[in-house]
Amino acid sequence: MSVSLPALLSQLLLGLVNGSFYAMLSLGLAVIFGLLNVINFAHGALFMMGAVLTWMAMNYLGVNYWVMLLAAPVVVGAFGILIERLLLRWIYKLDHLYGLLLTLGLTLLIEGIFRSAYGVSGLAYDTPDALSGAFNLGFMILPKYRAWVVVASLVVCFVTWFLIEKTRIGAYLRAGTENPRLVEAFGVNVPLMITLTYGFGVALAAFAGVLAAPVIQVSPLMGQNLIIVVFAVVVIGGMGSIMGAILTGLGLGVIEGLTKVFYPEASSTVVFVIMVIVLLIRPAGLFGKEK
Amino acid sequence: MNKSFIGYGLLFAALLAAPFVGAYPVFMMKLMCFALFAAAFNLLLGYTGLLSFGHAAFLGGSAYMAGHAMKVWGVTPEIGLVLGTATGALLGWVFGVLAIRRQGIYFAMITLALAQMVFFIALQAPFTGGEDGLQAVPRGKLFGVLDLKDDLTMYYVALVIVAAAFLLIVRTIHSPFGQVLKGIKENEPRAVSLGYDVGRFKLLAFVISAALSGLAGSLKTLVLGFATLTDVHWSSSGSVILMTLLGGLGTLSGPLVGAAVVVALENKIGELGHLLASITRVEWFNTLGESVTIVTGLIFVVCVLAFRRGIMGEAIALLGRGGKRAQAGGGH
Repeated sequence: MSVSLPALLSQLLLGLVNGSFYAMLSLGLAVIFGLLNVINFAHGALFMMGAVLTWMAMNYLGVNYWVMLLAAPVVVGAFGILIERLLLRWIYKLDHLYGLLLTLGLTLLIEGIFRSAYGVSGLAYDTPDALSGAFNLGFMILPKYRAWVVVASLVVCFVTWFLIEKTRIGAYLRAGTENPRLVEAFGVNVPLMITLTYGFGVALAAFAGVLAAPVIQVSPLMGQNLIIVVFAVVVIGGMGSIMGAILTGLGLGVIEGLTKVFYPEASSTVVFVIMVIVLLIRPAGLFGKEK
Repeated sequence: MNKSFIGYGLLFAALLAAPFVGAYPVFMMKLMCFALFAAAFNLLLGYTGLLSFGHAAFLGGSAYMAGHAMKVWGVTPEIGLVLGTATGALLGWVFGVLAIRRQGIYFAMITLALAQMVFFIALQAPFTGGEDGLQAVPRGKLFGVLDLKDDLTMYYVALVIVAAAFLLIVRTIHSPFGQVLKGIKENEPRAVSLGYDVGRFKLLAFVISAALSGLAGSLKTLVLGFATLTDVHWSSSGSVILMTLLGGLGTLSGPLVGAAVVVALENKIGELGHLLASITRVEWFNTLGESVTIVTGLIFVVCVLAFRRGIMGEAIALLGRGGKRAQAGGGH
């Protein structure tokens, strides 16, 4: 079987693009789970909200892409804060499972609302002018937008990593993950921190949604298949490490891209197969700690 | 115990009489299949404390298996059901072995991911019919003699199968095995320190639950004559969770009630929407039929926040309180 180099490279790039989405989403899931002990099933729906809100603002209000790149995460983040304050805070004392069920309900609710407004078909979405077109690198054509997605997500991921691992706020956050009651005893406002963390995690999802909009079809259901893959990514990586989440996300995106070249039939299942293998060999996940 | 015995007796009698008082047999059979599915799921979530998010794979996988066997291989219905149930059990064993390696929330995510894998396989495999699904599965003759083409005959056969499976679940829960499962749910470390091999108990519970879900799936194919991607889609796993949660986690009758409510809701929500539209004059309600997920999502949120005991859980708590009050009153 022969595969041409440009085709291989372009699938590799597409893999990196998907990997960036996995990385940003699993990063948000991991941060939220660390502090809230809630697996946010609604992450996919909020990712979709970021994309659809951008579409709405561009079509109805004529707001441009760059404004929405900032505004959509802010709006969705605020919505997340509302969810946390109004709903999630009541279930922290319960079994983890209820967090999953509550956010599953929210997912159905949010997706249902957007679906009743826009149906399930894709919404047309333009790439911003500055990012349309492609660079010709000689050995391959590099679409500008895809390159932008990878660079932008990497920057966001590493800024998040830096914030959490190297700053004072991040130290509070990590301490809160270890032992919230003790941190509270030191005078840190843990409930506020929890609220903001949820808002931040959700904003990351919305940012990924805005980035994804021109690459994958914008539709009310765009988040639900993605979130299940991201769950598998989280199981593979383990939620203990921020860098682990980023690297696992990117890595799996690339593997998926390569599978599309060499054995396209398996491209939708390859992440799950890897999950099975990891579970058999290293049940705690690649970056997880055995308890 | 006696009271609930009478309750189930009445339910069974009502189901026996249902076709003669105007209930549509095919709808009733669909309802019973989902009731069995939810009861099997509850064995795992309600009595063992394991949240599987992958039960769609057992329902759908065995629905395809039974359908394929009856349609293409031309086997009799009972063989189809046995094959379907075995498929559920086998898938359950594979899922169980993998998922039990992790706990809590990871367990749910792993089962969800595995079920999604089954979904993609069903989407691509040649024998499932892809987007169209497996259509026109013949009902055939039970044991080669009893013709199931007649809805009424099919109804009573289905009723017997579902009732038998339900009794098996009740028996399992009240057996020593079921008590150990409850012990694991309440306090796993203690169950370990008492010397129970917790992993094996969980796995066996998972396989039983999956096998019975498989039975429900194959029976559904037999009744309706088709198996589609909807059965394997993760939303089926979501809806069985909702049935169990709404009916009452860890109660025997809860899943039956929950399944009845959810299935009826999914089927009748369009009419409900039109009714609401005519009462409130809000046009939007007319489209409610297409947005079932808004309603199911809302029920989920309300159940988790304010109604965690579910319909039967609340009813039992209410009866219990009433009983105690009566006793206290008798003492005076």
